[in-house]
Amino acid sequence: MLASGPRPSQISGSIAATLDTPMQLKVFVNGEATVTNAATLAELVAQFGFAETGVATALNGDFVPRGSRQSTRLAGDDKVEIVSPRQGG
Amino acid sequence: MNTALPNPQTPASLSLYGVSVPSRLLLGTALYPSPKVMADAVKAAGASIVTVSVRRESARANSGRGFFELVRSLNVRVMPNTAGCRTPREAIATAHMARELFGTDWVKLEVIGNDDTLQPDLFGLLEAARALIGDGFKVFPYTTEDLIAAERLREAGCEVLMPWAAPIGTGRGLANPYALRSLRTYFPDTPLIIDAGIGAPSHAAAAMEIGFDAVLLNSAVARAADPVRMAGAFSAAIAAGRTAFEAGLMETRDTATPSTPVAGTPFFGLDKS
Repeated sequence: MLASGPRPSQISGSIAATLDTPMQLKVFVNGEATVTNAATLAELVAQFGFAETGVATALNGDFVPRGSRQSTRLAGDDKVEIVSPRQGG
Repeated sequence: MNTALPNPQTPASLSLYGVSVPSRLLLGTALYPSPKVMADAVKAAGASIVTVSVRRESARANSGRGFFELVRSLNVRVMPNTAGCRTPREAIATAHMARELFGTDWVKLEVIGNDDTLQPDLFGLLEAARALIGDGFKVFPYTTEDLIAAERLREAGCEVLMPWAAPIGTGRGLANPYALRSLRTYFPDTPLIIDAGIGAPSHAAAAMEIGFDAVLLNSAVARAADPVRMAGAFSAAIAAGRTAFEAGLMETRDTATPSTPVAGTPFFGLDKS
């Protein structure tokens, strides 16, 4: 492993690349593991193609109001719920 | 035995959290063969409140939008539920999501304690009710006939109670009529809505006859061979049961008493001569 590891120049290169492109995060959306480069809950909702007002969200078990999605940053292994109106009894 | 005689001062119309509700039949929107049948059943029931839920949305499907637009077109008030929630925390988050989506602070609060009976977890229910009332919700708790739980829910600020008749989806009718009558007697001024377990219009009529204020049902209509006609049957039964309650049922007796006058009965006493 050591012999095939990256040289110092490659390491700094990969850090630069990380800074240029958004961070890849593994999160759980409605129970399914997903890799995303969304930084915020609002971006995640948009990336999934959901209309902003058509869904409601929760993060790690707590409700996140629509107006707070933009300021809600995602972290690895976050559990996101995205729900919409449905039939009920 | 008629335990809860109607108060002549009580207006005949139902008021829930200060909102006048014309229909005493609340209808669920799930399990119908098609969206059109659901819409037609709501109309045939004359329901002014329907229950709805929130569920996980799948990417780009937007499956919730069509349903909500259909419900909106019915011009009825929606009451979102927290069906399937097993902890107060789940129920609280679900209620908040529903409030944002449906634009109502009404919530049918369910905290389920057992998968087989779908029996309410009364301890979790009370905890969630307190939190949601603190957050400005109008809570309609799905509860049992337990009097102490009812008392605590009232103290927490629930202005309406929704005891089950029997477990959800069983269609067994009033499993414990004595306890339900007790509940009615102990809470004469609290709107009480029978929620769950109703299978036939006669069950709903029986609940109304003992003084319950309304009935919430879903499966009994949605699972009928003809849901739209069954919705009409429930509407008629609930109206009849309510009218009967307001009219005051006769006292029951253990022995027979003739309805036709005894005086002047032909041949009276002749066989004794």
